[in-house]
Amino acid sequence: MKSTASEFKKSARVALVDPDLQRAMGFIRGGFVEKRRAVVDRLPEFDALRQVARGIKEHTLQNLDFYLEAYEKRVQANGGHVHWASTPEEARDIIVGICKRAGAKRVTKGKSMVGEEMAINEALENAGFEPVETDLGEYIIQLAEEPPSHIIAPAVHKTKDQITELFHEHHARYGYTERQTEVPALVDEARQVLREKFLSADVGITGANFLVAETGSSVIVTNEGNGDLTNTLPRVHIVTAGLEKIVPTRDDVSTLLRVLARSATGQEMSVYTTFSTGPRRTDDLDGPFEYHVVLLDNGRSQMLGNEFHEMLRCIRCGACMNHCPVYQSIGGHAYGWVYVGPMGSVLTPLMVGLDSSGDLPNACTLNGRCQEVCPMGIGLPGMLRQLRRRQYQDRLTSRTSRAALAAWSFLARRPRLYRRIMGAAVATLAWLGGRRGRFRHMLLAGGWTSVRDLPAPQGASFQNQWRRRRGNSEP
Amino acid sequence: MTSEVNSSRSSEGPAPRVGLFVTCLVDLMRPNVGFAAVKLLEDAGCRVEVPELQTCCGQPAYNSGDFGSTQGIAQQVIAAFEDYDYLVAPSGSCTGMIKEHYPALFATDAGWRNRAEQLAERCYELVSFLHDVLGVDALDADYGDSVTYHDSCSGLRELGIQEQPRALLAKVTGLELRELNDSNVCCGFGGTFCVKYPKISEHLVSNKIANVADTGAGTLLGGDLGCLLNIAGRLKREGGATKVFHVAEVLAGMAVVPAIGDGEDGQ
Repeated sequence: MKSTASEFKKSARVALVDPDLQRAMGFIRGGFVEKRRAVVDRLPEFDALRQVARGIKEHTLQNLDFYLEAYEKRVQANGGHVHWASTPEEARDIIVGICKRAGAKRVTKGKSMVGEEMAINEALENAGFEPVETDLGEYIIQLAEEPPSHIIAPAVHKTKDQITELFHEHHARYGYTERQTEVPALVDEARQVLREKFLSADVGITGANFLVAETGSSVIVTNEGNGDLTNTLPRVHIVTAGLEKIVPTRDDVSTLLRVLARSATGQEMSVYTTFSTGPRRTDDLDGPFEYHVVLLDNGRSQMLGNEFHEMLRCIRCGACMNHCPVYQSIGGHAYGWVYVGPMGSVLTPLMVGLDSSGDLPNACTLNGRCQEVCPMGIGLPGMLRQLRRRQYQDRLTSRTSRAALAAWSFLARRPRLYRRIMGAAVATLAWLGGRRGRFRHMLLAGGWTSVRDLPAPQGASFQNQWRRRRGNSEP
Repeated sequence: MTSEVNSSRSSEGPAPRVGLFVTCLVDLMRPNVGFAAVKLLEDAGCRVEVPELQTCCGQPAYNSGDFGSTQGIAQQVIAAFEDYDYLVAPSGSCTGMIKEHYPALFATDAGWRNRAEQLAERCYELVSFLHDVLGVDALDADYGDSVTYHDSCSGLRELGIQEQPRALLAKVTGLELRELNDSNVCCGFGGTFCVKYPKISEHLVSNKIANVADTGAGTLLGGDLGCLLNIAGRLKREGGATKVFHVAEVLAGMAVVPAIGDGEDGQ
């Protein structure tokens, strides 16, 4: 997927005044924030569970090479293949190659954010295959030709009315000519259309929530069952995953699943949890004949051990974005790439480049709510600050803000000079503010006064008044 | 100033010597908050001094990625305050910076890290210091209005300040506290965020103001002047009549000046 993160400011401004988007985003609060709060309140040991879950991921990352090799051996012993891709391009070539060798025509897909990193749909279409998204949200945005705006609810930005129109436009050719306006009817129509696609697919591509080193299994959770149909019906199953998805054992998966569903959707468990362990065995009644895993690096191994290491603990639950006031205001598309909200503001600069995504680390108030709800306790605000540090060091910060900052820092380290200059400045401002007590416009403070008044200073600075009261001669 | 106020501390040994970290915003924009802090601390039996070699805690530089300048400012603050029994600041945000972030700034400098950690242990936000350390349980203040309270993010999440301001506000004669929906959601200030992304900031602060209006309270209080300048500034732009004060001004009985953003006519 091509990044449009450089357009952040413009996209955000458009999003803020888009009434459909603003209505759709209301779902985040009721649907995700409130449900998470309720389900967490019902589990007194939730915080203890988070600690254990975090420990599992951290232990795995500390020994990532060991667990990756163990996992690869198990997959091979099960009759499957593991492919290593360091870039999205390599991953695309591997997947297109597998589809070609299989003589495939139609490819069904379960939801996969790594698939979005690879822009795999576009690559498959260019190679003459027909990729069909089977997660309802992904299916909706595939029809709308839009990128996902949320990592677990990719079409959360769409209203029901928009979906009614979209289905009406695209489903007429399957004989569904009536406009459906109720959610159950819309879901049912999509199921009917997708059923035919499931049955005729040659290759199924899924993501993975976890890869289990102990058994060589890949694990996905869904609420629609589309993952099961994607990985059992076609002849070939391809799993795509980032290489940080590995965990040692099935017990570990069970712990992580308990925090994942609660953090993501406020469920105790997702409706379907599916383990796939290699191709069909001789006594299996169903399952694919070929089983491939494509492991994508795309900058992940660079993050191991550096200041962004914690980010590799992320289990893609989306709690950070659900609770982010900025994300809630502008939705996901403004972030411009696969990952959105706080976790996306860390990952996009690291995976796509900081020079083309400079707004992302800065469009954050550092309020810390994301870190508070993160099941993996990832220090997202701290990492965004580290990215700002890189911007400052690499001189990617604008010249105006560097100059303003330099002037402030210069004065801040010279208290006596600071007191004279700032004392005079606030005395002048207080005088200018006069009886009204605030300014509607202020030269050089347009960012502030474009949307709010600027309260005037009360008068002489505290320090100057204090010194006068305590009889100190210094001004 | 003499104290008519009970304090668990004042009866035990010598008065603690407190260095007041005024914060740049209080110093420049709203000195009344600084004098309110002095009154509250002195009433509770502290000896208050205001070290001259203080300006800013360094957050503007730190949050803009200029860690080098931040270290310089941090060293200045540490040197100015390390000889006091306590550093107290009327801001969760600046206190969080000194307490949580200064030690991390000197990860590779054992000497300064040690000094930063020593200071961090004796560094408190004003209201939590009064409540948790001094055990203040009575106040010489009255305020005849209903108020609601915004939990500023740094104080809430870095320092766990939530109960303390409510407990002390309950001691103010005549004051009725009404809880604010989403009181723990950011107001959209975020330091330089509010001038770099004014439209997003406007959206957040407008949500905050709508929640404040829903309480029907006549006054909004908070513990961080940055947030309060943002909220008051937007309130005025929207034509709202809610008064905005720093919590210290009310606790000290000093909310008798025009509220933040109000003129001399009180509007």
